[in-house]
Amino acid sequence: MALLEITDLSVHYGRVRAVHEVSLTVAEGEIVTLIGANGAGKTTTMRALSGLQPVSSGRIHFDGEDITHLRADLRVIRGISQAPEGRGIFPGMSVRDNLDMGAYARRDRHLTRAADLERVFTLFPRLKERSRQAGGTLSGGEQQMLTIGRALMARPRLLLLDEPSMGLAPMLIGQIFEILQEINEQGTTILLVEQNAHRALSVADRAYILETGSIVATGTGSALLDDPSVRAAYLGVA
Amino acid sequence: MTGFVDRLRLADEQRAAFAAWPRRWWAGLPRPVRLGALVAFAAFLVALPILQPPVLTTTGTDFTGVLFTVGVYCLCALGLNIVVGLAGLLDLGYIGFFAVGAYSVAVFGSPQSKLATEYPWLVCIPIAIAISMVSGAILGGPTLRLRGDYLAIVTLGFGEIVRLTAVNSEVLGAAAGIPEVPRPPGERADGTRLFTIVDVTPFYWLVLALIFLVVLAGANLERSRVGRAWVAIREDEDVAQLMGVPTFRFKLWAFAMGAAVGGLSGALFASRQTFINPESFPVQTSLMFLAAVVIGGAGNKFGVVLGAVIVAYLPERLRSIDDGLLVVWYVSLVLGLATYLLLRRRGPRDGPRTYLRLGVVAGILAALPPLLLAMPEVFGSRGEIGQLRYLMFGLALIVMSVFRPQGLIPSRRRAIELEDRAKEVEPGATS
Amino acid sequence: MNIDFLIDNFADLSVTGLAQGAIYALVALGYTLVYGVLRLINFAHSEVFVTGTFATILTLRGIGIGPDDPVPSLLMVLLTLVLASIVAALSSGAVALLVERVAYRPLRRRNAPPLVFLISAVGASLVLMEIYALFLGRDNVRVGNLIKPRTQFTVFGADVTNRQILIVVSAVLMMVVLDSFISRTRLGRGVRAVSQNPDAAALMGVNKDRVIALTFLLGGLMAGVAAVLYDLNFGVTKFSAGFLIGLKAFTAAVLGGIGNLRGALLGGLLLGLAENWGQALLGSAWRDVIAFVFLIVVLMFRPTGILGESLGRARV
Repeated sequence: MALLEITDLSVHYGRVRAVHEVSLTVAEGEIVTLIGANGAGKTTTMRALSGLQPVSSGRIHFDGEDITHLRADLRVIRGISQAPEGRGIFPGMSVRDNLDMGAYARRDRHLTRAADLERVFTLFPRLKERSRQAGGTLSGGEQQMLTIGRALMARPRLLLLDEPSMGLAPMLIGQIFEILQEINEQGTTILLVEQNAHRALSVADRAYILETGSIVATGTGSALLDDPSVRAAYLGVA
Repeated sequence: MTGFVDRLRLADEQRAAFAAWPRRWWAGLPRPVRLGALVAFAAFLVALPILQPPVLTTTGTDFTGVLFTVGVYCLCALGLNIVVGLAGLLDLGYIGFFAVGAYSVAVFGSPQSKLATEYPWLVCIPIAIAISMVSGAILGGPTLRLRGDYLAIVTLGFGEIVRLTAVNSEVLGAAAGIPEVPRPPGERADGTRLFTIVDVTPFYWLVLALIFLVVLAGANLERSRVGRAWVAIREDEDVAQLMGVPTFRFKLWAFAMGAAVGGLSGALFASRQTFINPESFPVQTSLMFLAAVVIGGAGNKFGVVLGAVIVAYLPERLRSIDDGLLVVWYVSLVLGLATYLLLRRRGPRDGPRTYLRLGVVAGILAALPPLLLAMPEVFGSRGEIGQLRYLMFGLALIVMSVFRPQGLIPSRRRAIELEDRAKEVEPGATS
Repeated sequence: MNIDFLIDNFADLSVTGLAQGAIYALVALGYTLVYGVLRLINFAHSEVFVTGTFATILTLRGIGIGPDDPVPSLLMVLLTLVLASIVAALSSGAVALLVERVAYRPLRRRNAPPLVFLISAVGASLVLMEIYALFLGRDNVRVGNLIKPRTQFTVFGADVTNRQILIVVSAVLMMVVLDSFISRTRLGRGVRAVSQNPDAAALMGVNKDRVIALTFLLGGLMAGVAAVLYDLNFGVTKFSAGFLIGLKAFTAAVLGGIGNLRGALLGGLLLGLAENWGQALLGSAWRDVIAFVFLIVVLMFRPTGILGESLGRARV
């Protein structure tokens, strides 16, 4: 059974339809990516998954439980953790406190925090150097690392990543995707939303392509990478 | 599952369409009929002080005096509606502008004031309007650029500060006040003055005429470029700004115009009273004006007038009511509320908790009368109802905000705004 | 203008101002906390404060201290003060929670625009005020004698009384406790998280409802303690006493930077000083006007306050 199952999900902003009858599944242990252009509805889907955005119709099941109308903080307790897009950090808290916030919902945080911190600091040594600095003073790339690291502190079963490569230098992007694969190998299921289709497809087991709020194509990462129409539209290759 | 939600939506739209039938029925009538009905209604309003209809007339207090007060409230509600309903700014110190208008007439017109100007009434009124408008602009200048709730607090303070200033300054008559405020000119056929202290009827007609003018001007204003700019600001100020609407200037306009109407109402009030002192302008009155706008339906001219009638007339009527009629009123209030709750828009997440809540509300309502009767020392005589009015309208403000923020006669545009926002609630928020 | 009077009594005026300012500061915390997480001003906070002033008096009466009784023994005074503080803080806290439940939460459920929140809070404030007026009367209620002001020491020619010391020390103590609660505990971190980035806080598993209720409660507790100090300092209260103190506390909060805990302390003390100096210059009749003019001037020149807005930025 799939860990995450979305059926016919639709989301509206006021009267504007942002996502239309999207269905997708993520199985335990997979990396699944959702790619699409700006405004295709990727971030809206993510917000609906984590409970920040109300759903107009459709269902979301996590581990067999219907969480469509569940409050965002309760979804975190179920094991869904999202690294939000852009500046999703707490600017007034130190890096260390930001990371601690990641473990906020865990009952056993006193036992696991030290080990988890160590793991995040191993993945992102930069964060360790800056652990006493305020989150708001970090560079864009460092903030991105901080959101990912913070999401890991929750030890999620499903990690939702919204545009982890946005605004990063190419070298850093490569590094982040390597880290994602590493996390995945350690047992975390990942749903990755990306505009950078090439990178996303090369790490993903499976992928969905979102266009103006609907899913237009799906397949394994490598199949989509080879698909000529996908190449033309998303990879900039004729 | 999609089907179910869609069915729910459809049912909801049908019910909404059904609820809108009075509007459609009215619009469907032939033009002459509508015109005739309006003229008849206007004639009825004009004739009210002469007719003194049995159920409507207040027995304890002078009915015409009450009618005049209601008229002044209507005028204030219309003025405040420009600020709150159209531009979406919260003004909690409207009594301040009202007082500024009243004091302007008194200071410039009364032979007893320290400024020995003694201008006639017709000169005083434009001065009063201009001064209140300017005071609105002065107050709005620094605050309208800021967040909306700053404005609310600043205006709340302003209402009290006007009063304190009056108490403390000799020019404004200090605590003693100013007598001999000028009255409007005009004579009867027999050469006696038309506007006297004894007969309030001419004052009532005057305020009626002014209400008519303000409603007319307001309707034009709403349709104008200014009115559209206000709607844009109310719905999303940032977007309006991005689209090139000079939001600050339009907000200041709304604020100053609201202040002007408030000043006009105050000036009328002062002329009718012929004597004013700081005690005439308590802070709570601002909240009563606000209650009128919110209960009636912010943004809708007819709504706020209805609200003003409820706020100003009802307590006066209840003050001198016999028990039988009181029971009838109470029962119809409860029935009306029950009907509304049954017909009200149901959300898809309405569950047992919603009904539990409704049950609690119903229980409190049912328990109120015996409770009131059981506490004679607090609610001893019916005359105390005047004291209860602030409590009642405070409750009304909460209840309306929670259950029907669009008011009794909503502005269609505002109702849509509120509904759209309600769909944006985070899942499971506050259950 | 009475500049000589101001200069001659400068030190005395300042000491009085600091004691009053400390009370404003405690009340200001309520505005600041709620504003921090909701970005809304809790209009009913002034009545939350008034609740405490009455709770204090009811506690005194319950113990058997009437308005005209002589000052009891020191031990008795201390016990009474502690008990009154607890009762007042709990009552104010409970009323603050009630306001949140009745006037705020249902509106959040509908995602109502800020205007509607303000209106329902104004309604709540009116209802509370009228309930107190109905049950406790519309006249001044006298507190009773607990502390006979006695000069303890003199600074720059100003007499500092035991009462003033008690007020300032308790207020500062409460603030230190609150500040460390917000910055050191898990729940406090939740409050800071919601105020800095509500969406991200929800993604961390912070229950927003609980955090919001918590900020109302904390604000209420502080207002309750402020109410005890107010009763001590002024000796009377009234159903409508919240109006002016609310306005002043709000001014203090804005002055220091609304949403900023330390700003509230700074703003409160500054306002207390300014008010007393200004009153010496212009006459006591203008005292309440001064605070208001101060508010307008602050909004004109420094709307984000001295220390800047937001709960988080003060403590990095």
